[in-house]
This record gives sequence, C-alpha cells and structure tokens, in this order.
Amino acid sequence: MDRDLALGDIWVYLSASPLLHLTLTVGAYLLGDWLFQRSGRRAVLNPVLLAVIVLVVFLVATGTDYQTYFAGAQFVHFMLGPATVALAVPLYRNLPLIRRLWLPILAAILTGALVSATSTVWVAHLLGASRQTPMSLAPKSVTAPVAMGITEKVGGLPSLSAALVVLTGVLGAVIGTWVLALVRVRDDRARGIALGVTSHGIGTARAFQISDTAGAFAALAMGLMALISAFALPFAFRWVFGG
Amino acid sequence: MPLKFFALLLLCQLLGEIFTVWTRLPVPGPVVGMVLLFVGLVLRGGVDDGLGRVVDGLLSHLSLLFVPAGVGVMLHVAMLREEWLAISVALVLSTLVTLVATGLVMTALTGRIERRDRER
Repeated sequence: MDRDLALGDIWVYLSASPLLHLTLTVGAYLLGDWLFQRSGRRAVLNPVLLAVIVLVVFLVATGTDYQTYFAGAQFVHFMLGPATVALAVPLYRNLPLIRRLWLPILAAILTGALVSATSTVWVAHLLGASRQTPMSLAPKSVTAPVAMGITEKVGGLPSLSAALVVLTGVLGAVIGTWVLALVRVRDDRARGIALGVTSHGIGTARAFQISDTAGAFAALAMGLMALISAFALPFAFRWVFGG
Repeated sequence: MPLKFFALLLLCQLLGEIFTVWTRLPVPGPVVGMVLLFVGLVLRGGVDDGLGRVVDGLLSHLSLLFVPAGVGVMLHVAMLREEWLAISVALVLSTLVTLVATGLVMTALTGRIERRDRER
C-alpha cells in the first residue's frame, strides 16, 4: 500500500474526530506554559498567547476551519462556566483585606472600571472602529471568562474579547510597575489593586512577584472588577447605544 | 467527595442561567452563579476543604480554558486588518489611564485614612 495514502487516511480520520483538536489545545497550552516557566515567568511569554499563535498557525497550515477545531476544543471551553462560578472562592478568601480599607478599595476599583470601559470605547469610536469593536473592547480589563460573557450579552464578538483581554493582561503586567512608579504609586496595596483592575489574572500573577500583599490585593481587585463590570457594563451599553 | 462540589458549581451556574433568562437581565449567567456561591460561603462562614480543592484544581489552569475562544480571532482577520490601529491605540491608552487612575485613587484615599487613624 502507498505510504502517503495511508498517512492521508489517518489524517482524514483524525481531523474528523474531536479528539485531535482537544489534544492539540491542551498540548499547545502545555508547550506555552513550559516556555513561560522556562523564561522565569516573563509576562510577555504568556502561555495563552503562545498557544493561540501555535494553534492558529496549525489550523491555517492544515486548512482546518474554526468550526471543526471548536468541535474538539468545546470540551475545554465548556469549563469556563463552572470556573467563573468558582471565582467566588478566592474572592471570599480575600475579603478580610477589605475591612479597614473598604472605601479606598471600592473607590479605586469603581474608578478603574469606569475609566477602563469609557476610555477604550471612546478612543476606538474616535478612531473609526465599527460598532462591534467597542463592544468587544469594553471589558478588556475583566478576567476572560466574565469578559466573554459580558461581550456576548452586549452583542460584541466574544472571541475577539478573549484575545484583547489577554493582550491587555500582558501589556499591563509588563509596563504596570514602571508606569505606577512614574506617577509615584509605590505602596504595594495600591500597586496590587491597579494591576488586578487593569490586567486581571495576568496582572495578579505579576503582583505576586512584587509581594504577597500586592498579590492578594490584586486578586481581590480582579474579582470585584469582574463582578462590578458584569453588572454595570451591559446596562451602560443599553443606556448609551439603546436597544 | 470532590464530585459533590463540582456538582455544586454546575448547580450554581444552572441557577444563574435560569435566573438571567427568567428576569431577562443582561448579566452573564455564570456571574450570577458566582454571586450565589459567594452568598452561600458568607452564610456558611467558610470554605469546605473539598470545595477548596475542586476550585483550586479548576482555577490553577484557568487560562487554558480561554484558549479555544482565543483561537476564534482567526475568524476576524479581515476586520482586524481594517481596524488594528484603532484597537491597538484604544487598548494601549486605556491600559495606561486605567493603571494610573486606579493606583492614584487607591494611594490618595489609603493615605488619608491612615493619617486619620494615626491622629486618633
């Protein structure tokens, strides 16, 4: 039997089964995570970013469409829902931090939520982005599972949000401490809150490299930012754009 | 038994989804589920060991879960080619002002409260 034909047969079988793309998704992520760990956890080498690049290159090279890929990847994607619910636990664990400083914390996070959403929507709109773009950009500082839920509710593109959320996370984690030092924010609690609000989980990971205090405040900020944005953004969009 | 706690997460999500469909609130169902679980934890006054383990396991690889959606950007290549500049500028500027605004508000108010506490 012709060897090339046999390989072709295997490919036809594999590409029709969800197992291949499920395995590739987990494999690409593990590869990304390995590179990230090897680099000493540098934010630029974000595992999600690396995995997405590897997978898109692979799908384009093999001429696979997204629907076929997603038939396998949906098993991973599905876990986003329960994972979002699970975020209640770290939020609850970090709640004791809020006690004496509840006012500054809430004020800072509300400011961050407002500034983040309005500035992105406004700038994107000014630069002539189409209607769906600002809607997909607005929750860019919100942790990805919640951001995608928000985008879906307001009629944006959840997959675009997922990519923009990761980019915002990486950007904030890379320039965060430097920008904050420039405006003389050097308190670990304030640095943590700013990183968590701006760059969600990726910023929180960066904050834990500064100190445990910064990390805990970032985790708290990430949770509250997600909660506030999920309840405020859909209504804000309805109010601003109607419908 | 960790399965019990996984079922609890699914149940919270399901109730959240039912709630948003029923009330037609434009809030993601899983976020309502998160609020339900949070209220449950506050009422109970703690996190069960089993629940803690299930949650930590699920969240330790949270970022893997948004890879499939992230790959979906390949569907929007044409749009990105048109709007990449607007998107990049909006993303960078907004990230900068969000960092600065949040950091400054937190520093200013924390400083004020701690000064007040010292004077007492």
